[in-house]
Amino acid sequence: MWTRLIALIVKELLSVWRDRKSRFVLVVPPLVQLFVFSYAATYDVTNVRIAVFNEDAGAPSHDLIARFEDAPDFARVLHLGSEAGIAEAIDSKEAVLVVHLGPGFSRDLLAGAPARAQLILDGRGSNTAQVVMGYATSIINNFNRDWAAAHSVPVLPAPLIERAWFNPNLMSLWVVVPGLVGILTQVVALVVTALSVARERELGTFDQLLVTPLRPWEILVGKIVPALLIGLAEGTVIVVAALFWFRVPLVGSLLLLYASLFVFLLSIIGVGLFISALSGTQQQAILGAFLFLVPAIILSGFATPIENMPEFIQALTLGNPMRHFLTIVQGIFLKDLPAELVFARIWPMAAIGFVTLGSAVWLFRHRLR
Amino acid sequence: MTGPLVTIDDITCRFGKRTALQGICADIAPGQVTGLVGPDGAGKTTLIRLIAGLLRPHSGHITVCGFDSVGQAEAIHGVVGYMPQRFGLYEDLTVAENLNLNADLRAVTGQERSQAFERLLGFTGLAPFTKRLAGALSGGMKQKLGLACTLIRPPRLLLLDEPSVGVDPLSRRELWRMVHELVDQGIGVLWSTAYLDEAERCGSVLLLNDGKLLNSGAPRGMTDRISGRTFVVRGLDPAGKRLVLDRARQRVGVIDALIQGRNIRLVMAEGAAAPTANELEAGADAAVEPVRPRFEDAFVSLLRGQGLTSNTGALPQGRTSETPPGDPDAVVEARDLTRRFGSFTAVDRISFAVRRAEIFGLLGPNGAGKSTTFKMLCGLLPITSGTARLTGLSLAEAPALARARLGYMSQKFSLYPDLSVQQNLEFFAGAYGLSGRTRREAVGGMKEGFGLEPFAASNAGELPLGFKQRLALACAIMHGPAILFLDEPTSGVDPLTRREFWSHINAMAGQGVTVLVTTHFMDEAEYCDRVGIVYGGVMIATASPDDLKEQARTPDLPDPSLEDAFIRLIERHDRDRKAAA
Repeated sequence: MWTRLIALIVKELLSVWRDRKSRFVLVVPPLVQLFVFSYAATYDVTNVRIAVFNEDAGAPSHDLIARFEDAPDFARVLHLGSEAGIAEAIDSKEAVLVVHLGPGFSRDLLAGAPARAQLILDGRGSNTAQVVMGYATSIINNFNRDWAAAHSVPVLPAPLIERAWFNPNLMSLWVVVPGLVGILTQVVALVVTALSVARERELGTFDQLLVTPLRPWEILVGKIVPALLIGLAEGTVIVVAALFWFRVPLVGSLLLLYASLFVFLLSIIGVGLFISALSGTQQQAILGAFLFLVPAIILSGFATPIENMPEFIQALTLGNPMRHFLTIVQGIFLKDLPAELVFARIWPMAAIGFVTLGSAVWLFRHRLR
Repeated sequence: MTGPLVTIDDITCRFGKRTALQGICADIAPGQVTGLVGPDGAGKTTLIRLIAGLLRPHSGHITVCGFDSVGQAEAIHGVVGYMPQRFGLYEDLTVAENLNLNADLRAVTGQERSQAFERLLGFTGLAPFTKRLAGALSGGMKQKLGLACTLIRPPRLLLLDEPSVGVDPLSRRELWRMVHELVDQGIGVLWSTAYLDEAERCGSVLLLNDGKLLNSGAPRGMTDRISGRTFVVRGLDPAGKRLVLDRARQRVGVIDALIQGRNIRLVMAEGAAAPTANELEAGADAAVEPVRPRFEDAFVSLLRGQGLTSNTGALPQGRTSETPPGDPDAVVEARDLTRRFGSFTAVDRISFAVRRAEIFGLLGPNGAGKSTTFKMLCGLLPITSGTARLTGLSLAEAPALARARLGYMSQKFSLYPDLSVQQNLEFFAGAYGLSGRTRREAVGGMKEGFGLEPFAASNAGELPLGFKQRLALACAIMHGPAILFLDEPTSGVDPLTRREFWSHINAMAGQGVTVLVTTHFMDEAEYCDRVGIVYGGVMIATASPDDLKEQARTPDLPDPSLEDAFIRLIERHDRDRKAAA
């Protein structure tokens, strides 16, 4: 039995690796995607262009505007000469934010009265506008605090100070890269399994396997193990890149990470085998794989928060192994997710894997017998 | 009409690095069937597509009815009818819808259309089936419909790409009759085929091999060249015929020797005398008689004359298979084997037994049920009812054990193209549970025996056809199977490669291996000791090829071919069935 299984596994790995095209598919696109997605899929707003329209000539207004000019997230500050310039700057996307200080700004402030600063935002990019608004608010808050300290004016009783845990600088790279460990290994493991049986069907080698003394379960194990090895290798490469290239901290246990990757891969390979049992050609297998991949990624919480989805879709996401793995991988990377919470996410994946692998085996037997 | 319909002038066509056609010069005359004959991959389809103006040659010119195939392709489409392989039908449309669609595409309307339909439906005998889906037609009927679609506007040139593949002999004969009617109307027909026996029915033949035109002209011209050089050895002892074959092969002057039913056919080199029965140690009753040459004899002698001899020397041995247990008269046994797909019965209570060391052929057209029977026997398809036993073992009860005793090779060769020769051998050795020294010896033995050593590191997908075939056979027999299953192993392969393959198979049978082979080549069936003819899901006859031919002998037909016998059996079967119903 071991001889036959090892022969199968070696054959499978060799045929994936020796085929120039499939080797390319395993190596190049995941790496390219890793880098492109990591830098492109960012929620951080940097390099924002803003404008100021300052009608006030006093020192306090210059001080405030200097704070905007010094803020690292704002790339360029445009000075407007007239009120009409505001609309023009926003319309032409010259600026996302216009800070408008009225003529009485310094006077009111020095008189101890509330001074008004107007912030005008381009609402067409609502996400960016919100983030920029946050930046601007914090700059103004700082200004207020400093002003109050310097002029012994009573400050607001409870100034709000925000601090994000686990990702103190709220760098979205730290969220995206661990997520890619899941996404990219899922793509590779799924495509490898979905294609391999269909490819053998096209070549006629699947019939050849079926007439050898290999039992159906041996053939399936011979498909599962290589895909598992390839998936683990792919995952390792991404984890290494995350740690040493993107410098994402790994706070939690590597062992737990691999244990969950293992279960996650099994559930995905089950889906891949199921697709390959259904498809007669590689073309059908590829279509099937994409039919699964797109919703699997969208319903994983990678791109949009699951909490924002309607209830019934939230329930649906529980059947998506990627959703559970994403929680684990981000948790282990950023906050040392405790083992019991990891296991609370592993067992749903194991259950999904049991169902997908089980139905793949059933379908194979059904189509053979 | 005078002058050729098509002039092919020094055509070369390449696909990437591969040269598909090289320096072809030929003419196609009106009012006759020109055979485009050659094995798969010889360049037949490429040439047809070039003539139809669907491909652009790299160099050279083709003129069709006075139009240039590159500059005036549109005009060519107006005068040429083209039936691609698999007939180019829309399987989800009915017969009438297919005809209507083609009439629309060719702008045949009104009265012209109704007349054309009447003519074609009468001509093809499809009138009762106009409402049936094209996909639900039999192979023969599909082919007739395909032909009808190309004839809606009568063409001046009809291009038929392998119209007879997998079609039963009766339909094949019908098709020839129809094509001859067209030819009598002055239409020129180009008929491409891999069946060499069809070449003899053509008025003229273009013989292609490996992208080169080996010969053109009347088929008689080819066979006349070797007249007086073909012989048949009759009256052989069935048990010893393979030894006689080996002796004949080794004689100087013998270009070709092969088994034909109970006899051995010989083609001698120019000027060489035929050996006597004594010289061949063929036995007291044996006699060597001259026989009319066939096109295939001429093709082989032409190929051998070019130095294209393939190695038919030392034969490799599988691990010597121990004599398997069980009844030697029923190494393979099918009893009331039945397979239904839904309400359709593909195989209906087929029973037969194959003796040890026998070569048994399952012969039948596509869709007759021979592949289904074959797949049930080697465990690739579940059996609906009945039993299949291999060396006494039931595939249902002891599948792994039974499968360990069989070797399987299919038409597709079923190799891993990206694995090297060595890796393919290692894998199949492992799949059969060979390990350690046994595996090394088995792999080494196969490499040596089949002359694969120089290719050990090459990818299987890049091997020349003949070596691919050797490797596939090596992978199938490495574990020393008692039974060898061959699924259309040499269909479309050139005659030399086919001969080499059969010499291996004969050697294996000589060692006691039982061989079961499916084929739709009549002449391949002649290599078998016995054949079972499968037609319409039933086995209508089981006998040696000679006995089948004997049964078909009539005063009108003193020397029937196996195909004649086949047709006679089918006709009788259809008659009996009608009488019973």
